[in-house]
Amino acid sequence: MNGPLILIVEDEPQMLRFIRASLGSHGYRLLEAGTAQEATQLATTHAPELILMDLGLPDMDGLELTKQMREWTRTPIIVISARGREDDKVLALDAGADDYLTKPFGINELLARIRVALRHVREAASNVSEPVLTIRDLTLDLVKRQVLIAGKEVHLTPTEYKLLALLAQHRGKVLTHRQILKDVWGPAYANQSHYVRVHMAELRKKVEADPARPKLVVTEPGVGYRMRED
Amino acid sequence: MGKTYRMLQVARELVEHEVDVAVGLVETHGRYETAALLLGMPLLPRRKFAYRGSVLEELDVDGVLARKPRVVLVDELAHTNAPGSRHQKRWQDVVELLDAGIDVYTTLNVQHLESLNDVVAQITGVRVRETVPDAILERADELELVDLAPEELLVRLKEGKVYIAAQAERAATHFFRRGNLLALRELALRQVAEHVDDDVLEYREAHGVDATWATSERIVVCVGPAPASARLVRAVRRMATRLRSPWVAAYVEVSGRAPLAEADRVRLEAHLALAESLGASIVRLDGLGVGDAVLGYARKHNVTRIVLGKPTHARIWDRLRGSLLDELVRGSGNIDVHVISGDDEKVVTHDAPRDAPGAPFELRPYVLATALVALMTAVGWGLREAFHVPDVEMLYLVAVMFAALRLGRGPSIFVAGLSVATYDFFFVPPYYTLAVRDGRYLLTFTMMFGLGFVMSALATRVQRQERAARGREERTRALYALSRELGDSQAEPEVAEAAARQAADAFGVPAVIVADDGDETAWPPGGGLLDAEQAVCKWAKEHRTITGLGTATLPGAKVLCAPLVVGDQVLGVLALRPEAALPHEQRAFLETFARQIAFALERVRLTEQARLAAIKAKTEELRSSLLSSVSHDLRTPLGVLTGTASTLRDEARAAGAAERAALAPHVQRELLDTMVEEAERLERLVKNLLDMTRLEGGELALKREWVPLVEVVGSALSHLEHLLGTRAVYTHLPDDLPLVSVDPVLLEQLFINLLENAIKYTPEGSPFTLRARVESATLVVELADQGPGVVVGDEERIFERFYRGAHPGKSSAGLGLAICRAIAEAHGGTLTARNDGGAVFEFRLPLQGTPPTVEA
Repeated sequence: MNGPLILIVEDEPQMLRFIRASLGSHGYRLLEAGTAQEATQLATTHAPELILMDLGLPDMDGLELTKQMREWTRTPIIVISARGREDDKVLALDAGADDYLTKPFGINELLARIRVALRHVREAASNVSEPVLTIRDLTLDLVKRQVLIAGKEVHLTPTEYKLLALLAQHRGKVLTHRQILKDVWGPAYANQSHYVRVHMAELRKKVEADPARPKLVVTEPGVGYRMRED
Repeated sequence: MGKTYRMLQVARELVEHEVDVAVGLVETHGRYETAALLLGMPLLPRRKFAYRGSVLEELDVDGVLARKPRVVLVDELAHTNAPGSRHQKRWQDVVELLDAGIDVYTTLNVQHLESLNDVVAQITGVRVRETVPDAILERADELELVDLAPEELLVRLKEGKVYIAAQAERAATHFFRRGNLLALRELALRQVAEHVDDDVLEYREAHGVDATWATSERIVVCVGPAPASARLVRAVRRMATRLRSPWVAAYVEVSGRAPLAEADRVRLEAHLALAESLGASIVRLDGLGVGDAVLGYARKHNVTRIVLGKPTHARIWDRLRGSLLDELVRGSGNIDVHVISGDDEKVVTHDAPRDAPGAPFELRPYVLATALVALMTAVGWGLREAFHVPDVEMLYLVAVMFAALRLGRGPSIFVAGLSVATYDFFFVPPYYTLAVRDGRYLLTFTMMFGLGFVMSALATRVQRQERAARGREERTRALYALSRELGDSQAEPEVAEAAARQAADAFGVPAVIVADDGDETAWPPGGGLLDAEQAVCKWAKEHRTITGLGTATLPGAKVLCAPLVVGDQVLGVLALRPEAALPHEQRAFLETFARQIAFALERVRLTEQARLAAIKAKTEELRSSLLSSVSHDLRTPLGVLTGTASTLRDEARAAGAAERAALAPHVQRELLDTMVEEAERLERLVKNLLDMTRLEGGELALKREWVPLVEVVGSALSHLEHLLGTRAVYTHLPDDLPLVSVDPVLLEQLFINLLENAIKYTPEGSPFTLRARVESATLVVELADQGPGVVVGDEERIFERFYRGAHPGKSSAGLGLAICRAIAEAHGGTLTARNDGGAVFEFRLPLQGTPPTVEA
């Protein structure tokens, strides 16, 4: 077996058993760490391709560990936690986690997130991003800066285009309001979340069939937005 | 003498028996033997007071209390403390130590005993000012007499063993005469003997020995403001002790008679207080006459002896007003009447507060009086010259009357005298001399002067009564204002603040209420007590008496503290900061005032307690209904999960063992579907419960942000994508809806719950309509379905927690809609339901603030 190597940082045996069983059967190779210390050690010695991180660890908060790891590795980190509050999610994502899953979650959800994270790594590594992205009925030509919905060209303002392009490049991943604001408007706007909201509402009017039932860019309430990829 | 020496001897014996003894304060008077006994004993530091350039050392009560020895030695019980001490007298310190559970060994000379004060003064001619109430002697567990034959004492005195030599000579000539010593010795012996008797009596009573000498005696002593009453009280106390009888000090308020002058009132209260401190009970009687009232009381209470002072007034008064003594003796029947000498009127005992100093002499009224007489003379002169008016003396009467009403007693008598002289000089022939030719004028003079005299007395009395009445009226008005304002106040801070304000008004001094609520909150805020004042406040609270400026405890303080007591509870303290000690009637008024405040405080505290109790009961009720509901809703899915999972496992095992096929694949799939469904149900329930607890925080828990409504609705709809399936949801959200300031997460939850509810209770596939509009600064969102609608009459109840309508086949924790409403209300909005071709839920949210603008 030569599947991607995943480090699971989790101290609950039952949870571990469940993840081990399901990931193993999908061809992933697994490393297991029960403490932050173990996790750091395994991450440095084995260079996993992805880290699944539980926040409640016996020796250190997972959030803190995420921040520390981000100082020396860009390995994608997916946080899995029973802390379901939006603030916790935002904190984890802003601390450098790539994604966040609240317990309980279905195994399909987890597998999907892992796939997204691994693909982003691969894309970044290949250093060649596709010039044309096709997601559902959206076609986005990053070179021509052209947006087609079901084959029909849509005209976006520069801000809307930047917003759409950012989400498309990170499709499948949650982007927090802060991350979007920093990228599209600049760091000075990091706390003006209503900017994103208003422009997102405008964008949806142009790219969604029914802006009140969005299919392309979904809202993660209190956290940010995610562009679906399937 | 030698009492200090003896005390130390006993203490040393205790030390040898390893009893924890500490020396609080012992005076050696420079005597070597005494000092020698002190060697090796633990001496507690004394408290030092700077007083008029010298340093006085006193017992450090707080030090002793902190050290808390088993026994403490305190010399000279009758000592008067330095100004600035907590108590005026050392015996008060000792009482405090006793109350704190510390045994005290102390010393006392017989002449310092309160009830013997007069006797000692009579024998020796020296009035001892430092006295100790008899009650404290009665608290003594043991009384040891240090006795010495007078001859021996005189020898010791000469040898310098009693006082140090320089003082000895003077002391001996004044006090230590052989006759005195003999008498004092006898007194001391008798006193100790009485104490021993008491012990025996107590023993007999405690052990059920028939009290053969039980007495049915009961004594009443008539107390008045006359200084001799103090003496009377002491005498009766000795009589009562000898007879072992209870005794009562009675004062009769004769209705219709003018109220007592201030100085008299103070003295009377002092006499009653003295009697009380000597063990009497106090009664205040009302009646038309003193005799009737006393006799009435005596008969009703089986009194055997009535004691009163010897009359000191002239017999003529008895003729005019009737003699009290006579009345009592005649009406007494089988009650003995004792008359005790009361001629010693000049003696003012130290207990009686000094007489209020007489008003200082003022010149102005006399100048005015003179001017008045001059004016009347001028007018009379003018009238006589112009109209030959004969009776100008009437004009002088006008002057006398005016002076009596306006200028007071002295000036009015002065006017009367001056009038007579002026009248004689100007209007009585021979003119311009004081000589009188016609003897009839002498009668006029006498009449003029007499009339002036009587009128001035009458006017003074009227004035005094008026002043008293005005004072009473003011106090009544202040009390009325207080009770009205306190009645209007609903919460403790209001009550306290109102009380402090009213107290400041009524007494005309700064006032503070310190509530005894654990953290000593003071009202008005910022008016807290200084450190020095805290001690006064603490004492007032602990001993439930008015303490501080002008009282017996801490009289030197700048503050006067009245405890707010209801029943056995101290609710706080009313602290006043007067310039000088309050006059007596103000003190009594302060007590009433404090009581009123205490009642009001108690009322609001009880109300508050009741409210909290109600809330608690409500919370308890909620909790128990939550528990019962939750345990059901948690157990059902858990039961299903356990059952299905164990079936799958056991079947797989059995199949493996028997090598037969496991469950049919479709059965397996069905069981697995059930498990996932139940797990999801469990998750929803837990989420609901968490939301509910989160919402208990109300407005505080909100994280408001400016959000377009369409995003919230959209997010809710995409969340429910699977559940909605193919249902049509028609959304009518106008393009120009403003941004709303809401907690986006909670608002989304509101819509999710509403939609889930609609999906659950409407037929599969029936559509919903979601419509929003702005109506008079309120956002109105309606969700209409085409289902059977809400059961009529249930429109409100469906929002109650744990309310589940009768819906066969639908499981529900009854939390979803309750959460919706809680969210709506936390935002300051409303959520209601009605029927309009299906159920319609209407969410109204008042629009607050101005939405921020966004650059393109």
